[in-house]
Amino acid sequence: MTSPTKAEGSGPSVALDPELASTTEVDKPKKLEGRSPGQLMWQRFKRDRTGVVSACVVIFFFLIAALAPVISKLYGKDPYTLYAQEPDFPFLLDDFAMPTGSFGGMSGDFWFGVEPKLGRDVFTMLLYGMRTSLYMAVIVTTFSVVTGVIIGMVGGYFGGKVDYWLGRVTDFFLAFPSQLFFIAFMPVVTALFVSPTDETPTYIRAVAIILVLWFLGWMGLARLVRSSVLSLREREFVEAAKVSGASPWRIVRKEILPNIVTPILVQSTYILPSTILTIAFLSFVGVGFVEPTPDWGRMFAIGAEVYEQDPMFMFFPGVALVIFVLSFNLLGDSVRDAFDPKTGR
Amino acid sequence: MSDNLTLPAQQGATGTSAETLLEVEGLTKHFPIYGGFPIKRKVGAVQAVDGIDLTVGVGESVGLVGESGCGKSTTGRLITRLLEPTAGKITYQGQDITHASRRQLAPVRSEIQMIFQDPYSSLNPRQTVGTIIKSPMEVNGINPEGGREKKVRELLELVGLNPEHYNRFPHEFSGGQRQRIGVARALALNPKLIVADEPVSALDVSIQAQVVNLLQKVQDELGIAFLFIAHDLAIVRHFSQRVAVMYLGKVVEVGDRDSIYNRPRHPYTHALLSAVPEVAVDDEADDKERIRLAGDVPSPIHPPSGCRFRTRCWKAQDKCASEEPPLIQISGNREGHLTACHFPEEPTTEAREEDVVMDPALKALEDSAADEPATKD
Repeated sequence: MTSPTKAEGSGPSVALDPELASTTEVDKPKKLEGRSPGQLMWQRFKRDRTGVVSACVVIFFFLIAALAPVISKLYGKDPYTLYAQEPDFPFLLDDFAMPTGSFGGMSGDFWFGVEPKLGRDVFTMLLYGMRTSLYMAVIVTTFSVVTGVIIGMVGGYFGGKVDYWLGRVTDFFLAFPSQLFFIAFMPVVTALFVSPTDETPTYIRAVAIILVLWFLGWMGLARLVRSSVLSLREREFVEAAKVSGASPWRIVRKEILPNIVTPILVQSTYILPSTILTIAFLSFVGVGFVEPTPDWGRMFAIGAEVYEQDPMFMFFPGVALVIFVLSFNLLGDSVRDAFDPKTGR
Repeated sequence: MSDNLTLPAQQGATGTSAETLLEVEGLTKHFPIYGGFPIKRKVGAVQAVDGIDLTVGVGESVGLVGESGCGKSTTGRLITRLLEPTAGKITYQGQDITHASRRQLAPVRSEIQMIFQDPYSSLNPRQTVGTIIKSPMEVNGINPEGGREKKVRELLELVGLNPEHYNRFPHEFSGGQRQRIGVARALALNPKLIVADEPVSALDVSIQAQVVNLLQKVQDELGIAFLFIAHDLAIVRHFSQRVAVMYLGKVVEVGDRDSIYNRPRHPYTHALLSAVPEVAVDDEADDKERIRLAGDVPSPIHPPSGCRFRTRCWKAQDKCASEEPPLIQISGNREGHLTACHFPEEPTTEAREEDVVMDPALKALEDSAADEPATKD
């Protein structure tokens, strides 16, 4: 009774066979070459269009920040000169100290317009401002991430009393109202280095900002790393490493760290843009960088004063910030996907 | 157990091996329980392993069987020093390694390796197969001739995997293949003793045989001693020359394979063996004894006094509660066959006159079933 169904079934399968055989043959030569994990990661990343585009945008931002002096030289302006007072550019600002031209004074000479009141060039201000902010943010993020990873790993891996006390210290720092703390402590930290009566050099301000942001920037990551390590250290591959005689340092470095790179990377890509925003906030409220150092955050402060008369001033710094933060977060997601060997091959 | 099992009875010596590789004396592990508020203090201990004695000879494979939660895995972890023993002594080749630090252990580390139960969590998902197998060699500074990569490829071939899989990640493999990778990692250091902690219980039945045969091949070819922890009695019988039966943190019976499987003395061993399901053809007479225990293993936090099996034993008497039976050779046992029981059973697994059914519900059910056909006829 079963023979008719068998005969029916055999028909299409025979017809399918040649197709199957041909496809497997095509695949074979490709599969045989062994690819290293790095190559695989790069291939996965290349396939992710969002990731590639946002990586280009982020690289572009870092490039123009790094090349700001070159660009401003080619462009022929700098962020310090008050062009409204230069004889070459009469009538840049009107009687109310607002840009005369439309769209914030945009012209062939001043691509992004002119700053109200002082008449500086917005384009170079933005370039140099981004340079300041990006450098600071990269330094602060690196410090915070390293600190957070170390504290989280030590707590999570050793557990017990060490974990308890590190956890309480983390809680203590988390309980600080961070923005109030930044505002209150910036002058204090600055005063540690320079007498309040003297002029504060810019690099001292930078160091003070880095210290304060670092001080309250590592706890979130420490918590995250600790919890990941806690769940990982009970896994059997860690025990296998112990059985082979690996030192705790090696286990942390070779067995645990590669498994928490993903959350660390993603968290870092959130920390970096938010640090830029925090630095901008500090400058905005007046405890960060002061005139005449160009700064992204202070451009918003200026923009907020004049936005009723000259909304265009805020446009370019704002758009630049939105694009940068967005593409940095997207980049973080793509990098995480690329790092995970289980996502599409 | 009858001899017509699907697994072939293993050839080889029945007695203990001449040279002792690993010796365990009175090994104890108590996990403390903390409680109380606001100050936590020790309120008790889980007596996972409570004074076990065990020896493993050179090239010998010893099976460790018992119910879930009887301390088998803890014993394995104590021997590989993943856990710190509470008391007792572990001697490896005459060297006391009970409380040796990581540095002191370094020379011994490469000789005692472990195969883990869960092939899905015992391989680092972020490392390639090559890295996983290579890393024990890196840790111990072993440089085989031809380089580590060549050795890894040889190992992959030995365990039946394609050496081309060197750069693949663990998630690309099936459970059985992963376990083979685990075996290859354990073999990377040329160990003398491998503690296999339920190496096949997480695998599909069709794959179990492959992995067990691989382990056996490895043992035969490389002469590695095995401590084979399992709860599958058929696999232990297939694999081990000597078998130790554990119950609630204690070894209740130990002996060569033939003694344990065909001439068991301890009531618990009898009960365990009778619980093995067996395929019997219809006309074949069921000549196996039948014992059905009731209840669960008692809590290891408050184990019963005296003999730990007495709460579920059909032969228990007052003496069992007051006196703990020592693990000794009972008259009628072969040399090396030790039993911890005051009232040992007959050394046979033949059917008894009356089945031992401890479970009252099952007993009532069977009694009524036995009565019914009589009334109908």
